Amino acid sequence: MRPNVAQIWEWLDTVPDPEIPVISVVDLGIVRGVTWDEDTLEIAVTPTYSGCPATSIISLDIETAMLDRGIAKTRIKTQISPPWTTDWLSDKGKAKLEDYGIAPPRAAGGPARCPRCKSENLERISQFGSTPCKAQWRCCNCLEPFDYFKCI
Amino acid sequence: MASADPYFDFLLRMGDNTLILGHRVSEWCGHAPVIEEDIALANTALDLIGQTQMWLGLAAEVEGKIRTADDLAMLRDAWDFRSALLVQQPNGDFGQTLMRQFLFDAWHLEMLKGLIKSSEVRVAEIAAKAVKEVQYHVERSGDTVIGLGDGTAESHAKMQAALDLLWPFVGELFTPDAVDDAMTANGIAPDLNDLRTAFDTHIGSVMTEATLTIPDSRFAHKGGKSGFQHSEHLGHILTQMQWLQRAYPGASW
Repeated sequence: MRPNVAQIWEWLDTVPDPEIPVISVVDLGIVRGVTWDEDTLEIAVTPTYSGCPATSIISLDIETAMLDRGIAKTRIKTQISPPWTTDWLSDKGKAKLEDYGIAPPRAAGGPARCPRCKSENLERISQFGSTPCKAQWRCCNCLEPFDYFKCI
Repeated sequence: MASADPYFDFLLRMGDNTLILGHRVSEWCGHAPVIEEDIALANTALDLIGQTQMWLGLAAEVEGKIRTADDLAMLRDAWDFRSALLVQQPNGDFGQTLMRQFLFDAWHLEMLKGLIKSSEVRVAEIAAKAVKEVQYHVERSGDTVIGLGDGTAESHAKMQAALDLLWPFVGELFTPDAVDDAMTANGIAPDLNDLRTAFDTHIGSVMTEATLTIPDSRFAHKGGKSGFQHSEHLGHILTQMQWLQRAYPGASW
């Protein structure tokens, strides 16, 4: 019997992002659709940044997770439209990011507060960071640098 | 030689521009003046290579799946490339790299904005994805041009020299030829002439803030995007970029 789609979404929510393992691929908002095509499970995945090297690992991780749950045939469909936006990050994901030390994205274009000491006295170090989705900021209060998840 | 299908040629132009510039920018990896700039350059290169996969992937489909995107990138020789002369130019110093980046980004942004409205849905989708990244690139390259132009006497002189050097390569991006005309006629791509006003306004305000003077000439070197007369630099880039696939055909990991 085929597991229902709601069950698949729950399982997908246990697949971590390979670069930011505290959030799942569902939290990240890159899983865009789950459908059955007879005995093949089709999962639509959208890349965050077009050159993000994690994308192929994510597809592999999803296929492996489905195989572990007994689904023999999974097809990953790369879907670029509509383009990924940080608006698709779940609230749960945003909270986990901040706990992990990464300031979540904000429409205002910068972090709200230091993820460590919560100070709002911040400065930008660089528009880019350790992965394509992040920028480097620093807290002027505790002086710690931190990652900010870019808002796109 | 132009291929029989202008749509294929057009997709090669988009993909070859991002591929060659992506490769050029990646040459900075491990060599930038400070680590933040090193990371920024590597991230920009990564975005451009990602966009290349989309453009050349579509080009490969349009060609009829004879070749893959990888084949197009790694197994064509210089004369089959359709990259503009600007992106082939050497990195020079850090300022010259960022000046080249800004001039390209400012064109790229207007081009992608036009392509979002393309009659070809696949082109519109790629443009909608890429424009978000390019918006970010141009913010950074523009800010850096301002910072260095309106910086010390030495950085100002280097940025003015970079602008003077690279300016004659801008015109090619805005000069339509038969391929461009065909794309405009069927609504796939915007008229390049129409992009120039927004470009001029954008770079005009950045150069003013950067205290740099745009050369008073519209002279344009041409021959890159048509493949008719590439710069000598392109062949040298390819010897680096394609070396592995040429020496070990089909190698993968």
